[in-house]
Amino acid sequence: MKSEQWTVDSNQWAVEKNSGLKFFLQTVIARAYPRIIGQQREKSWMFFDIFLPLLAVSAYVFVYRAIGAPEEYVGFVVMGGAMTAFWMNVLWSMSSQLYWEKEMGNLALYIMAPNSMMAILLGMALGGMVATLLRALAITLLGSWIFDIPYAVVSFGQLFLVFMLAMVALYGMGMLFASLFLLLSREAWHLSNLAQEPVYLFSGFYFPIKSFNFWVAMSASIIPLTLGLDAMRQLVFPSGAALGFLSIPVEMGILSGLCVVFLTAAKLLLAYMEKLAIREGRLTESRR
Amino acid sequence: MNLAIHTQNLGRIYKIRGGKKTEPKELEALRDVDLEIPRGELFGLLGPNGAGKTTLIKILTTLLAPTSGRAWVTGFDVTKDSHKVRARINMVSGGEASGYGLLTVRENLWMFSQFYGIPSKEANRRIKQLMEVVGLGDRLNTKSSDLSTGLRQKMNIVRGFMTNPEVLFLDEPTLGLDVGASRDVRRFIRQWIDEDHFRTLLLTTHYMVEADELCDRVAIINEGRVLACDTPANLKRRLQQDAIFKMEVSPLNGLNVDSFEGLPGVRKAIHVPKDGTAELDLILEKDDALGGVVNMMTSNDVHILNLHKREPTLEDVFVDLVGRSMEEVEAGEE
Repeated sequence: MKSEQWTVDSNQWAVEKNSGLKFFLQTVIARAYPRIIGQQREKSWMFFDIFLPLLAVSAYVFVYRAIGAPEEYVGFVVMGGAMTAFWMNVLWSMSSQLYWEKEMGNLALYIMAPNSMMAILLGMALGGMVATLLRALAITLLGSWIFDIPYAVVSFGQLFLVFMLAMVALYGMGMLFASLFLLLSREAWHLSNLAQEPVYLFSGFYFPIKSFNFWVAMSASIIPLTLGLDAMRQLVFPSGAALGFLSIPVEMGILSGLCVVFLTAAKLLLAYMEKLAIREGRLTESRR
Repeated sequence: MNLAIHTQNLGRIYKIRGGKKTEPKELEALRDVDLEIPRGELFGLLGPNGAGKTTLIKILTTLLAPTSGRAWVTGFDVTKDSHKVRARINMVSGGEASGYGLLTVRENLWMFSQFYGIPSKEANRRIKQLMEVVGLGDRLNTKSSDLSTGLRQKMNIVRGFMTNPEVLFLDEPTLGLDVGASRDVRRFIRQWIDEDHFRTLLLTTHYMVEADELCDRVAIINEGRVLACDTPANLKRRLQQDAIFKMEVSPLNGLNVDSFEGLPGVRKAIHVPKDGTAELDLILEKDDALGGVVNMMTSNDVHILNLHKREPTLEDVFVDLVGRSMEEVEAGEE
């Protein structure tokens, strides 16, 4: 170290620190940064997050075409395949994020800093959402080009709104899971494994949810992607409305409710987790 | 007095869960700790692993609630006003792997600066300046996963200092570092505290030399209790009247520390077996007592290979207070 260069003094560093909403947003952006920028640096994501999901999509497309299913189903599959990226991101990355932050030693630093933990969690969600959006868009564009999907968008405004509601509700659920998985520690892996395939089925990633019994489809609507995907399909495919489960306004209403429920629950559980961490001293301790 | 850190009867009991049918056990990690650390002081907590140093730091940094007593940092209660405390402190732990390996050093540091509300432009200016100071000016754009342990610890040090905290907590900051890097970190720490008398630093270490060289005052802690608290010089002065010898001898041939401690005038003996030889540290009431030690060795065919009298160290103070060396205490923990 170069002691002769030591010129740092508190007077020189006397700057007004940000506070209130500005500080909150600053924290959100800073925590989103590693996901938005850092995750793109490992180029393997193109193979694992785009090429492999496209293979799964292709399998369903070939099955539908082989049995002579309506051509709209091919579009449904491509859109479902793209939205799968968000579900995978929430299930495997967002949900276990606080657990990994603990293992890396970051969680204690997050709690000890004067920022809001909710801002940290929102930053993780925002970062994950933006990074995954890139993957979902790539799957949609490539899938549409390869399988020549026809689109007939009814309303871009409604489409954007439905997508955003589905994302906020989904990542709100991810934020809730993040605290829950931290409390459950390693057991959480089993929950992720348990949830992955059933959600593929019940959320109708590769077929219209209307195919189910009403109450099965209604129960599956607790997963925000179920109604989000259904409403988006109604808005972008020529015969989407005929294959839709509920009307778009109803689906948007339910999605709005899910946003409030998941975000409120996430905030409450996060506050409980932080209290428990400080009371017991275990949750911030890495095993290493 | 303008205190940076103040604790009163501070205690922490952990409940350790057993199996489903067994009652949780209690482990007392801290007991009745009273400390008064004025602003501008570099204060050391010296003790073996498991002594309670990290528990105390966790309480003071608002990461852990005490189960008894109270603590204030910069005048604010750590449990009731934790948010005010957090805005004024920072902490760096030895061997921590915080941040994200895919981000560069500059990006990681920038991210942490944002969690303290520092405007982005100012944060980048501080990062550049501090990275130059720690000799990492050319590593700003290196991915943090590509840094060696020593360089990574320097990055962590910058993370702690860049928010310009009123009180900085360093938990074993030189753990795992080589001699050169440790010396650099110690020099950096000393300069930081000397440069502004409003700054306070609490450092935990189990390296005696580090505490002796760096700290204005040292508290020796073991089994959750503060056994002594004073300047390193005053602590060593407690043993000034004793004669302290270090011997290198051939294997002890059945003799042990009890054999020596049973001799008149021998207050304490520490035996460290080496490869083919042994080291013996003796705290004697007077020089004369050495004769009895030498006679016992001669009659047991133990050869003295090296012998010298030395000044008391903080290690000797620890032995005097605890009855065992820090290594022996740590070995007992395992």
